[in-house]
Amino acid sequence: MTQALIYALTGAVLFMLGVRATLLRDALLPRLLALNVCGAGVFLIFVSLAYRGDSLPVDPVPHALVLTGLVVAISATALALALNRRLREMADE
Amino acid sequence: MNNLLIWPVAVPLLSALLALLWPRRSTWIGVLGTALSLLAVVLVSRQVIESGAIELALGGWSPGLGIALRADGLSVLMLLMSTLVSMAVAVYASVYFSRSERRSEFWVLWLLLITALHALFLSGDLFNLYVTLELLGLSAVVLACLGGSRESLQAALNYLVLGLLGSMAFLIGVALIYAGYGTLDMAALAVAIESGPTAWLALSLMTGGLLIKSALFPLHFWLPPAHSNAPAPVSAVLSALVVKAALYLILRLWLALFDEVVTQTAALILGLLGGIAVLWGSWAALQAERLKLMAAYSTVAQVGYLFLFLPLLAALPEGTTRDVALGALVLLALTHGFAKSAFFLAAGVIMQRAGHDRIAELGGTARALPVTAFTLALAGVALIGLPPSGSFLAKWQLLSSVFITGQWIWLPVIAIGTLLAGAYTFRLLGYAFAPGEGVGPSLSVGREEIPAVLLALVATLVLGFWASAVWELVPISAYAGGEG
Repeated sequence: MTQALIYALTGAVLFMLGVRATLLRDALLPRLLALNVCGAGVFLIFVSLAYRGDSLPVDPVPHALVLTGLVVAISATALALALNRRLREMADE
Repeated sequence: MNNLLIWPVAVPLLSALLALLWPRRSTWIGVLGTALSLLAVVLVSRQVIESGAIELALGGWSPGLGIALRADGLSVLMLLMSTLVSMAVAVYASVYFSRSERRSEFWVLWLLLITALHALFLSGDLFNLYVTLELLGLSAVVLACLGGSRESLQAALNYLVLGLLGSMAFLIGVALIYAGYGTLDMAALAVAIESGPTAWLALSLMTGGLLIKSALFPLHFWLPPAHSNAPAPVSAVLSALVVKAALYLILRLWLALFDEVVTQTAALILGLLGGIAVLWGSWAALQAERLKLMAAYSTVAQVGYLFLFLPLLAALPEGTTRDVALGALVLLALTHGFAKSAFFLAAGVIMQRAGHDRIAELGGTARALPVTAFTLALAGVALIGLPPSGSFLAKWQLLSSVFITGQWIWLPVIAIGTLLAGAYTFRLLGYAFAPGEGVGPSLSVGREEIPAVLLALVATLVLGFWASAVWELVPISAYAGGEG
């Protein structure tokens, strides 16, 4: 169990680092990257939850949740980047 | 018969796909899809009123493995509000966007927003709630920047980033719950969750994430720019419905799932933040120079009132007294939903006619747009909480809960907040009913003025005279751990 715990704690640390940077940075790109670090942390926690010891197969539910979460995260990132690009174009005009 | 439960989600989703495939007919599809969703919600509500809470296991997979949709009193009330408001706003939007080139985009996103809202109110599974929250957030962000101005894009981008952060916090709470209890089904969790570090941490993270989305002070700063720069129909649903969705989730979590974890101190902290929101939001609304900004700050204040109920609910023993207070909270949320959407639609009518929404230059509104000026006054009655509006009854119950629990600290907050709401409403009406040429010459009543006045009438008359229905519906719960 300790190995899974190390992964889960790493995930928690990543999450907190991401939150900190999302709130403190000003420019959009670093904030967006920080959000993705946040997401990676959350997903790492989910994946480490799936481990149930060497004798049992891994729990599929957290894996399914992570897949859904990834799709949401990537669409949201794409939307934010598109909005940012539109803003840049407006600034250039 | 239980299969009815899929329709409030399926109808708007299918209409959204149709609108995407057939952009030239998108207005018709949008209005018709909204009307059919309204019908589906009415049918579901009738069934809940007649035979109690209903459940649907999607695809025949039992909850635990599959995911469940559930409808009970609270979700039916929220559904009815959201579908009635969206029907009125859809009629208004069919005029507002009739000549816009963004028409087809608007209707697709509009129907997706309704889908996400309905799925959220019906969801019986924590992870599904996360997905619907994200769908709601994403469609709301794109709708908010449809105006295309620099300010609206900037505000929408900020809204998106903060909303994502909120969802991440919610998701990590979901992970903790799964780690602790091995299920995400809310009915099973309502029984299983016990007080302990896991439950406590999960509740804090999920509540924290939802507080960003419900814009409770001091996490409200994204709301005024996002809501005031969006197109009028979008502002109306953002303020009336989208903010309420996060609040609905907080209620579900606090009262049904985590009822054994919630402490008086935690509830008191949220109550205090709510109190500051009431005072600060009302003060900022009084200072606002633009009509839509005033409405947005007033939303910050009204959300604050709803959080004042939490410490009272936590202090009251389970039973009739608590159900009465909970009913008052829901009634206040519903009244605000109808009143604020009416307010934003009226502001939209004025903006289209006058080309601006500067409050100090609104002289002549009452002569040029009598119906719209009347709408502003009616919505103002509901925002202040004067009789016979629903919020009058709700605030009356709020005060009696204060007396029962002896939490006197809320008394001055409610009094000052109500006075400030009166001040900002009458300041606006003073300008709107003054003579002047700010809005242009008098014309006949337009089709776009009717939906707003109907919404305002629901807030001030219907919810006031038929409020007992709210109190009858609220105790019907699908989650045994909550009210029983």
